Amino acid sequence: MTVPGSAHDYRLSQLQSLEAESIHIFREVVAELERPVLLFSGGKDSIVMLRLAEKAFWPARIPFPVMHVDTGLNFPEVLEFRDRRAQELGVQLLVASVPDAIERGTVREEPNGSRNRIQTPVLLEAVEKHRFTALFGGARRDEEKARAKERVFSFRDDFGQWDPKNQRPELWNLYNGRIHLGESIRVFPLSNWTELDIWSYIAAEQIDIPALYLAHEREVVERDGMLYAVNEFVVPREGETVTTERVRYRTMGDANLTAAVRSDADTLDKVVAEVATTRLTERGATRGDDRVSEAAMEDRKREGYF
Amino acid sequence: MSDILRFATAGSVDDGKSTLIGRLLYDSKSIFEDQYEAVERASAGNDYVNLALLTDGLRAEREQGITIDVAYRYFATPRRTFIIADTPGHIQYTRNMVTGASTADLAIVLVDARKGILEQSRRHAFLVSLLRVPHLVVAVNKMDLVDWSQEVFEEIHEEFTAFATKLEVPDLTIIPISALEGDNIVHRSTNMPWYDGPSLLHHLEHVHIASDRNLVDARFPVQYVIRPQSREFPDYRGYAGTIASGVFKPGDEVQVLPSGFTSRIASIDTADGPVAEAFAPMAVTIRLEDEIDISRGDMLCRPHNAPHATQDVDAMVCWMTDEPLRAGQKLAIKHTTRSARAMVKELQYRLDVNSLHRDVTVDALGLNDIGRVRLRTTVPLFADPYARNRTTGGFILIDEATNRTVGAGMVHPSE
Repeated sequence: MTVPGSAHDYRLSQLQSLEAESIHIFREVVAELERPVLLFSGGKDSIVMLRLAEKAFWPARIPFPVMHVDTGLNFPEVLEFRDRRAQELGVQLLVASVPDAIERGTVREEPNGSRNRIQTPVLLEAVEKHRFTALFGGARRDEEKARAKERVFSFRDDFGQWDPKNQRPELWNLYNGRIHLGESIRVFPLSNWTELDIWSYIAAEQIDIPALYLAHEREVVERDGMLYAVNEFVVPREGETVTTERVRYRTMGDANLTAAVRSDADTLDKVVAEVATTRLTERGATRGDDRVSEAAMEDRKREGYF
Repeated sequence: MSDILRFATAGSVDDGKSTLIGRLLYDSKSIFEDQYEAVERASAGNDYVNLALLTDGLRAEREQGITIDVAYRYFATPRRTFIIADTPGHIQYTRNMVTGASTADLAIVLVDARKGILEQSRRHAFLVSLLRVPHLVVAVNKMDLVDWSQEVFEEIHEEFTAFATKLEVPDLTIIPISALEGDNIVHRSTNMPWYDGPSLLHHLEHVHIASDRNLVDARFPVQYVIRPQSREFPDYRGYAGTIASGVFKPGDEVQVLPSGFTSRIASIDTADGPVAEAFAPMAVTIRLEDEIDISRGDMLCRPHNAPHATQDVDAMVCWMTDEPLRAGQKLAIKHTTRSARAMVKELQYRLDVNSLHRDVTVDALGLNDIGRVRLRTTVPLFADPYARNRTTGGFILIDEATNRTVGAGMVHPSE
């Protein structure tokens, strides 16, 4: 980002102050908690997280590994991006695999095809194995109503559970990272960012992203009012017609349950303009797995989901 | 340049706070269609779409119709981005309000036009003043229920203005509104032609906050030492942190606390290149001309303008847990980037937040109590009075057994 220029009014722009706040949070965790890890999926939020981490410790390297909980249902383009980005930054990439866990019998496939819920035990198992005490997540409070209640430093007990009624008060920029053995802190440096801030930042910083976020032609089927790209995980059903549409993705979830939106935004500037005027939330528009119930996110978070 | 205004809302349970926030979001077109449709569905059978449901998201909140804890909401207009700390008016008001107000530039206290200024309104205004929120808006709500009466508004206006002279509120604005009907929220009300002030949103968009920060006292708490030990930067040693207040420039003479050594700033680095000056709240990395032993918790300041270094801290404390605070108790304390242990040497008084009366007979602070205490810390803190500096004057207290944050403190100069 451009350095605050005509500094004589001593003001930071919106993106500059969000960036400064996030950098403060990253440094605070590394200074106070022993074994942090950053959850990195190759999605836009975690991409911004990596850039902020890079800035927080420059010119030193990012002083923690990154981890991806791989459901086995990801878009191949996103996995390629994930691997390349980790390599470029010289950070260690750990992968916790849901298919492996299914094979070992530690989790069981859900009948509705969503691996959203069974990601949680796989994540918790990996946290225990590596003895991570702090987990950086890219969740934003504007995403969802349960997340609006989330702290920047979110205490989790030794089962990884979130208790919304029993959170630590968070005052000024003083974060409490004290934990006992087995407990951990989920840390959300992007808490105060909105979807538009994320895209404005990606555009301002010219950050590399998976091409799926930009409009492109794709074969799609319409299902439950949403557009799903035809791929190895989405096979057209009887009665569904395959059409070619110009689409892009607003979120990157599992390829079987993440829908695309019709769009002509094929550059970052056009994406920023589109997001600025959209009338649908990113999850409401494109995530089949969030439609389970009014409190789907809250329930998953209680179990240890991000 | 678009900037951010952080504001907190306060008001008692039925003053219409959630409705106000819902209305702000809705009328400024910050509600997404799918969110609105969900709320429409949930309020089927009511006369009005229940905009309060936009903010009460948790299962238990919907079940009980209450707001459990501080939630943060976001909306933007072309002029500004807003972060709302939506603090519940319920039982735990003090602790929640203190939490929400700690980072706020502005606070909105809602008053029900039918009920006028209640104890609760005074309490909220007092907390805003205690937390040094620079701008206060009193929103006189439910004007529709008093027939848009100018007289009612003016009585409340007068009474509140008189009360506010006892507080330290540098900027007070009083606006008549109807959150339910949307009067004077985003658009000027046609029902109250006698009111010639701004709508609430217009005020939020235009209130001047740039000069609220302390740009006088240079304070840089060292957060983390950056030593890359790489081939490219073999000798790099930088002190990373967030500027708490004031301005720093390369070439400035700085003093390091607690050692007292002085040096000069060699450069102020960011990943985007060095900067010519850095001011609060920038997150930067400072390099000095001399090799001095500096670690996390130390502070850089200017030689002739240093914070008070002391192990005896006088402070107002808001107590946030059921287990009472008593003299003799030991706690962990976090102040800027410095962590220490503290012992409560003395509980001087409990402040009645309704009457502002000082009760010197109490021997404990209970949940949501505010009182004046004297602490003795294991290492010196580098503190300024909270009234002068919200960053170097604020601290939190942590229970060492449970690790919970149990208190919020504001440093006062010794009397």
